[in-house]
Amino acid sequence: MAPVLDPMVGRYVQLEIDGVPHRVYFEEAGNGIPLVCLHTAGADGRQFRHLLADPEVTRRYRVLAFDMPWHGKSTPPDGWEKTEYRLTTASYTAAIRAFCKAMELDRPVVMGCSIGGRIVLNLAIAHAAEFRALIALEAADFQQPWYDTAWLHRPDVHGGEVCAALISGLVAPQAPPVSRHETLWMYMQGGPGVFKGDLYFYRVDGDLRDKVKTIDTKSCPLYLLTGQYDFSCTAEDTLRTAGQIPGVHVQVMKELGHFPMSENPAKFREYILPVLEKIATA
Amino acid sequence: MSPADRFARLPDLLADDPDLVRRGRWLNVECRVDIGAEPFHLVLKEGALVSLDRGPRLMRSTVFTVRGTDEAWGKHWEKVPAPGWHDLFALTKRGVASFEGDLRPLLQNLQYFKDLLALPRRLQETG
Repeated sequence: MAPVLDPMVGRYVQLEIDGVPHRVYFEEAGNGIPLVCLHTAGADGRQFRHLLADPEVTRRYRVLAFDMPWHGKSTPPDGWEKTEYRLTTASYTAAIRAFCKAMELDRPVVMGCSIGGRIVLNLAIAHAAEFRALIALEAADFQQPWYDTAWLHRPDVHGGEVCAALISGLVAPQAPPVSRHETLWMYMQGGPGVFKGDLYFYRVDGDLRDKVKTIDTKSCPLYLLTGQYDFSCTAEDTLRTAGQIPGVHVQVMKELGHFPMSENPAKFREYILPVLEKIATA
Repeated sequence: MSPADRFARLPDLLADDPDLVRRGRWLNVECRVDIGAEPFHLVLKEGALVSLDRGPRLMRSTVFTVRGTDEAWGKHWEKVPAPGWHDLFALTKRGVASFEGDLRPLLQNLQYFKDLLALPRRLQETG
């Protein structure tokens, strides 16, 4: 019997981010408009595996999901053991632009979730001309913190389990149990301190209040989609952000939480396919 | 049934969930959960509930306390809770629940406690 293969292919690309050599893992599938997918904090590109395997998407889009440095199969840079990982607006933006450049992508669409959504807002603020369209999932200019990140990386609490347990409540109750637990498993596999380091960007460095007012959706269309069960980035947070950006498309997604693409792929599809259709036919 | 009456059924609910007991097998702690104005004192041993004392107990010590309003627990335990009422941290974020004390055993066993404190949601399924 022939092997049953998923359609996406995984590879490593060598690139420099801010002059530092990196080896970055990515998966891709499809042909057409490049669509770069950014995973949530403390997770990896596997969150987009259903999108990568969706013929409705891949017939028109070349979908690429890369693991951020320190995440998934992308190793940290040499000498990582002497540093404490901290993602910043500058380093995150540099990583995304370096990946797009290394892969020679021509004005890709970028879709990010959570911290990936927040950085998409920064791309819209600072680098809109480089992108065909931007999609921010579970994104806002600012969100109220709801726990102390000091619990995420300490020897007396299992980092993977506490990270997964904390974010488990961000999955909507309607999520299929298999997808819920696959989403949590990815959190359990994160490297020590990586989720915490990502949240430095989210909590300390990535406050975009006021800055989002400068977004020009005429130069690059912007779509904001947030799940109604996301209490980290609430629908109100997203709607407040959208209210400051003329021309933005905003949608609250019912029965979805903070991880729409992995917690309930079938439900997410109902919302993302029309957006991708709109971008492809614009 | 009041939220406190539902929580009082916790011993049977946990006994009916051997998988949750298994997941809490490293846990030994005495803690307190307030359902509205009513305190409950829990003694947990290897993930099982050894005792559940309802009501005030003079000078009873506890490692940590989880408090929630009657409304918070009532909405949390609806069959499909509404957004913003569906998780323990959604409740604390909106200010209708709180934690205090030594939170280390709580965080070391966080999914266990989330699931434990959500058990009364099952009561509507069984009547």
